[in-house]
Amino acid sequence: MDLMLRAIRRWALCHGALLAALVVAAPAWSQDKHIVMASTTSTEQSGLFGHLLPVFKQATGIDVRVVAVGTGQALDMARRGDADVVFVHDTAAEEKFVAEGFSTKRMPVMYNDFVVVGPASDPARLKGNDIAAALAKVNAGDAPFISRGDKSGTHAAELRLWQAAGIDLAKAKPAGYKECGCGMGPALNMGSSMNAYVLTDRGTWLSFKNRGDLTILVEGDKRLFNQYGVMVVNPARFPHVKSALAQQFADWVVSAAGQQAIADYKINGQQLFFPNAER
Amino acid sequence: MNSIADSLLLAAQLISRADADLWRIVGLSLRVSATACAIGAAAGLCLGAWLAVARFRGHGVAVWLVNSLLALPSVVVGLLVYLLLSRSGPLGDLGILFTPTAMVIAQSLLVVPLIAALSRRLVIEALRDGGDQLRSLGAGPFTSALLMLLHERFGVLTVLLTAFGRAVSEVGAVMIVGGNIDGFTRVMTTAIALETSKGDLPLALGLGFVLLAVVGVVNGVIVLMQSRTSLEREAYV
Amino acid sequence: MSSAVFPLGPAQASDAPAGGRGTGTPPQRLVQLIHASVHFGSVQALRDVSVTLHRGDRLALVGANGSGKTTLLRVLHGLVPSDGQRMVYLLPGDRAPVTAMLFQRPFLLSLSVRFNVMLGLWLHGVPRAQRAPRCQRALRRVGLEGVAARSARTLSGGQQQRLALARAWALEPDILLLDEPTANLDPSAKREVERLIDALAADGVTVVMSTHNLGQAKRLATRVAYLEAGRVVVDLPVDRFFNDALPAEAALFLKGELPWT
Repeated sequence: MDLMLRAIRRWALCHGALLAALVVAAPAWSQDKHIVMASTTSTEQSGLFGHLLPVFKQATGIDVRVVAVGTGQALDMARRGDADVVFVHDTAAEEKFVAEGFSTKRMPVMYNDFVVVGPASDPARLKGNDIAAALAKVNAGDAPFISRGDKSGTHAAELRLWQAAGIDLAKAKPAGYKECGCGMGPALNMGSSMNAYVLTDRGTWLSFKNRGDLTILVEGDKRLFNQYGVMVVNPARFPHVKSALAQQFADWVVSAAGQQAIADYKINGQQLFFPNAER
Repeated sequence: MNSIADSLLLAAQLISRADADLWRIVGLSLRVSATACAIGAAAGLCLGAWLAVARFRGHGVAVWLVNSLLALPSVVVGLLVYLLLSRSGPLGDLGILFTPTAMVIAQSLLVVPLIAALSRRLVIEALRDGGDQLRSLGAGPFTSALLMLLHERFGVLTVLLTAFGRAVSEVGAVMIVGGNIDGFTRVMTTAIALETSKGDLPLALGLGFVLLAVVGVVNGVIVLMQSRTSLEREAYV
Repeated sequence: MSSAVFPLGPAQASDAPAGGRGTGTPPQRLVQLIHASVHFGSVQALRDVSVTLHRGDRLALVGANGSGKTTLLRVLHGLVPSDGQRMVYLLPGDRAPVTAMLFQRPFLLSLSVRFNVMLGLWLHGVPRAQRAPRCQRALRRVGLEGVAARSARTLSGGQQQRLALARAWALEPDILLLDEPTANLDPSAKREVERLIDALAADGVTVVMSTHNLGQAKRLATRVAYLEAGRVVVDLPVDRFFNDALPAEAALFLKGELPWT
C-alpha cells in the first residue's frame, strides 16, 4: 500500500498548486453571533434586508442570516426548528403559528401594499382604486391573470381579496386565471411576456426590471395593505433556538431605531415600507 | 439576441470590475464543489473499483442502483439532506443546516454515484487488458482495481472534472440546504436563480457567463498540466 | 480440481529426464499436473494433460494457435483451475516454488519503469528494505537501469519485454513461464530477450516457454512438448524431438504443414 500511496502522493504534489487553490482553508465561518431568520422572497428581493440588517449588525454585532422562501415555507421551516426568528406578512398564518405554541408573541412591524399591474392598454378596464371591483371585472372576462399559487403571503392575500370580492375560486376560476406555483419575480416575468394582470407587492415591483408593457393599474385600496409581523421561535419547543439574540432582533426592529431604518429605505426616492409597530 | 450580447458585455464588466461580492460568491462555489468532489472521489472511486471486481449476490442490483442514481435530481438530494439535517431531523443537533458544510454534504451525495459508475466502467475496461497479468503478479481483485485507477489516472481526472461540472452547475441541492443566504451560502447558481426570479435577466445571464468562464479557467489549467506531462511522454516515441 | 503441496521427500525419479543435465541425483520436482483438463464454456482447452516440471528444465511448448499452450501455462502457474490434480512440491526451507509469468504483450502500468518492478516486488510481499536493491539489480541485469525513471509506456517493444523480464527476475522465481514472449519483437530485440531467458535459465530457473518459432525451441529448450487440440501429444528431450520419428501430426507440424480441421 505504501508504494501506491507514494505514487499517488507524488502525483498529487505535482497538481498540488491547483488542489491547494481549490480546497483552501474554509472560510472561518462565524465565530461571531448569528441567528437564522426565515423570511419571504418578496421581502428579500425588495432589498430591505440589504439596507436594514447591516444597521442592526452595527448596533448589536449580531449577524442575521436570512433564508428567503415563501411565507408558508418560512413558517414550516420555523415549525421544524430550523429558524430562530420569523419575519413574514400573513397575519392569519402568524396568529395560527402563535396559537400552535411555536412562538409566544407576534409583533407587528411595518406594512407595504399590494398593487395590480397589467398591460398599459388595460383591456379589462381595471384601473382604479377598488380592488374588489377590479377582481370582479377579471372574473367577468377572460383577460389573463397570473397567480403565484405557492402558499406565499402574497398568494394568501390574493385569495383573501377574491373572497372579499365575493368570488369563490374553488367553484370556478376566471377564464384567464393561471397559477404558476412560483415566486413574485417569475410571476411578473410571466405577466410581462403574456401581457397579463398580476397582483404584486409594491416593493418587488419597484425593483423589477423586466416590466415590458406592464404598469400599475390598481392601488390605494386599504384592503391591499400588507402587514408584516416578527416572531421569535419558542425556545420551549426548541431548546437550541438562540432566543436571546433573536429577541434582540425583534425588539430592535420595533424600536425607534429599527422603525426609522425601515422608513429610510427607499427605491428611486420612493419609500417601500411603512413602520407601524405598536408603541 | 440583444440581451445575450448585453449579458456577455455585462459579464466582462463584472469580471473586470473585480467586484468583491462577486468573487466571494465565485470562491464559495468553487470551494463547495471542489470539496464535494474530493469527498465524492474518495468514496466514489473506492465504490466504483469495488463494484468492478466484487462478486456477491445482489451485485447486479448494486450496479443497477448506482447507474439509476446517476439521474438523481439535485432537488431530491437537497430535500433528503434537508430532512436529515433539519432540527427536527435525525442529525439536527449538528446544527449544520444552512451552512456551506451542508452544501458540501449534499453535493458529495450527488456526485458519488456519478464517480462510482464512471470509474467502474474505467476499471472494467482496463482490467480487460491487464487484469490477468496483474493477477499473475499476485494482485487481489480490489488491489488490481485500484492499480487500474492509478494506471488510468487521466481517465479518472476526466471523471472528476465531469463530477465537478455537475456539482458546480447544480442549483437545487444548494438552494435547499444552503438557503441562499446573502454573504454566507450564496453561490453562483443560487445567485443566478435569484436574479432570474427578480426579473433581472441580463444580470442573471451575465453571472452565468462568469460561471462558465471560471469553470473554463479551471479546466484549462488542468488540461495544460496534463498536456505538459503527455508532451514529455511523446518525446520518447 | 485438487491441488496438493508436497514437502521435500526422497528424490523421485522423474518422468522425462532433463536432457544434457548432470549425473547422479534426479532433478527436484517442482510442479506436476496429472490428468488436468480445462474447459471454458463449451470449448475444451486442455484434455487430460499430465506434465512434470523439474528444476533446471527448459521446456518449450509448441503447437498451432488454439492448441492449448497458453492455457497449459496458466494452469501450471495456478492462474486457471483445472479438473485433475496439480501438485506443488516444497523446496528446502519448506517454501513453495515462486512462479512468474511473462505474456506476449506485457501489461505495464503507465508509471515509471522502476515502479513497475517495485510493484511486482510489493505484490509478492518482499520486505521493504529488500525491494530497492532487488529492483536495481534486476534492471541492471536486463540493461534498463538507464531508463529507470522513464514512463514504462514510452519504451520500445523489446524494452518492454525486457522490463517484464526484470519484473519477473526481481522476484527470484523458481519457475518462469513465458507465453510467446518474442512473437511481437523485431529480430534484434528477439535476440536480446532470448539471451536474457538463457541467462535466467543458466541461473537455475526452470523455464517453460510457448513458441511458434521452432528455431527458438531448438536454441533454448532442453525438452519440447507438442500440443494439439488441448492434448500433449509428444513430450521429449530436444534432440530426440527434432531427430526421432514422431507421431504423424507432430511430424506434419514440424514440416510446417498443419491440416486445418
